[in-house]
Amino acid sequence: MNTPTLFGLCAAALVGVGLYGMIVNPQPLRKILAFNLIGSGVFLLFGAIARRGAAVGMGGDPVPQALLITGIVVAFSATALAVALVRRLFDEAGSATLAAEAPAKAKADPPTP
Amino acid sequence: MPHSLPAQDVTTPGGLLLVLAVLVPFAGVLAGIVFGGRGAQRVALATLAAGLAIAIAIADALARSGDAVVYVLGGWTPPLGVALRADGLAVVMLLAVAAVIGGIGVYARADFGTPPGVREARAPLVFWTLLLAVWGSLNLVFVSGDLFTLYVALELLTFAAVSLVSLDGRAETRRSALRYLLYALLGSVLYLLGAVLLYGAYGTLDIPLLAMRVHPEPAAWAAAALMTAGLLAKTALFPLHLWLPPAHAGAPAAASAVLSGLVIKGSWFLVVRLWLDVFAGVTTLPSAQTLAALGAAAILVGNVVALRQARLKLLIAYSTVAQIGYLFLMFPLAAGLAAAQLDSAAAVNGGMLQAISHATAKAAMFMAAGLVYTTLGHDRVTDLRGVAQALPMTVVAFALGGASLIGLPPSGGFLAKWLLISAAITTAQWWWALVMLVGGLLTSAYVFIVVVRAMAPAPAGWTPQAPVPRYQEVAVLALALGSFLLGVAALCPVDVAQIGRAVAPGIGLR
Repeated sequence: MNTPTLFGLCAAALVGVGLYGMIVNPQPLRKILAFNLIGSGVFLLFGAIARRGAAVGMGGDPVPQALLITGIVVAFSATALAVALVRRLFDEAGSATLAAEAPAKAKADPPTP
Repeated sequence: MPHSLPAQDVTTPGGLLLVLAVLVPFAGVLAGIVFGGRGAQRVALATLAAGLAIAIAIADALARSGDAVVYVLGGWTPPLGVALRADGLAVVMLLAVAAVIGGIGVYARADFGTPPGVREARAPLVFWTLLLAVWGSLNLVFVSGDLFTLYVALELLTFAAVSLVSLDGRAETRRSALRYLLYALLGSVLYLLGAVLLYGAYGTLDIPLLAMRVHPEPAAWAAAALMTAGLLAKTALFPLHLWLPPAHAGAPAAASAVLSGLVIKGSWFLVVRLWLDVFAGVTTLPSAQTLAALGAAAILVGNVVALRQARLKLLIAYSTVAQIGYLFLMFPLAAGLAAAQLDSAAAVNGGMLQAISHATAKAAMFMAAGLVYTTLGHDRVTDLRGVAQALPMTVVAFALGGASLIGLPPSGGFLAKWLLISAAITTAQWWWALVMLVGGLLTSAYVFIVVVRAMAPAPAGWTPQAPVPRYQEVAVLALALGSFLLGVAALCPVDVAQIGRAVAPGIGLR
């Protein structure tokens, strides 16, 4: 097994673990962490692809590396937004669960115009 | 096979307009934040006017050249550089979004004016800047020619939309926004994974180049499945629709109109791009049938649940779930037409018309619900008495929007469903026609219930809770009329949506 394949398999494992966590875990914060695991898997895969696709004499294909950095920035801002929302929710509702189902609450709450 | 071979990838006349279509709204966002308060609103309204002019100029450039408008960023041609492209599909969506967002901007002046005596208020500042952000990201989704740029555009769209959901800051809407964000993040990371697999297999993310290189093999299948699944979560196609009703119904009316009318069309448009342009030779008829089966389930479930809603805004939100279903019926129909060696443009045009008529009608209906709420102080469907007395124009607008959703002639919805149903019958897929007819029947039931209840006379001595400015009613009616009269697009001599596209989209579908 060569190095890119090893990294590719690690990436697949990360994506799988993250996907499982994102679907199964009820807490928003754990879901956000699971999203970051999937993201790490994707970035690792992209890195492995950059290495595999390198031309002779080059360390790696530069295009995926440039995209990778942009992807990390986007994932970082997504995480920041999600964590900010969780914190606000916790401050206002006293807990940060998604479980209080909307339809039941929505009847009690007056809607906004 | 797309027409634009890499050798021809040069900036066409009017190409710079594509850059402006994306840059101007985002410049508006920055200027709005700098000026703040009332300045943000002025900047937003000026940008709306400028953006509409840019969209019309792009349409003009497209019609003149009869080919896609292209701008090669920095003069670097793909695969090294990134190109912006606007073919017929993109230009039609650019125009529709500019028109709808203009209507919403006029309406929102009343709800999101900075109150007198205050220099700056949170909700107006956030609303006007995010409105422009949604618009800029949508324009980028329509004109991007590159799968990674599309990923960034989708993420920008999500961030702006999630913040619009939680605009009024109640814990309940924060929860809806968080649920929406988690669905959207899962969707975008799956999309990115698909894009990475495509780069790994074919070494490019440029759509025309990729369409030439891609061929049926496991890597392409996996990428197509991952990207489609991710985009379905963002578009809220059944059974991934659970986040949509609370998010869309909980936002303020003008924001609901943006979310329900426009935002979901961004990720849907990307599915269309992928299936018709990138994966035309990879997707199979059974996979297209699966997509449409989910759409059919959305139509039935969404409409039945909408009928059972007690509140007007939730009713309209579930109606969106159902209408999203119609958008996905075009895929097997286009594939079927292409397989029968017929022009698949009819099915594609039907899908695009459905998207545009739903965008205008649904924006009008959500804003009408907002006016009803202002007048009554609530939006319980069982107690809409007196609305027609206080807001005759708004009830007419709601009925016209509803007629477009049902598909009554001459509305845009009628023409869309007509094209899709005739494509279904031509390709001997009668079951999709049946689903569309049953869906129309269910839609007419809830539109009728609302309009009849609103026509009931008010109890004696009842007065509206708050007056509604006339221009808000006019904006709602204008959008509803636009949706209702969209059917005259059938008289258009040129098939605008097909300009600059492949000879027959989806020709490779098997």
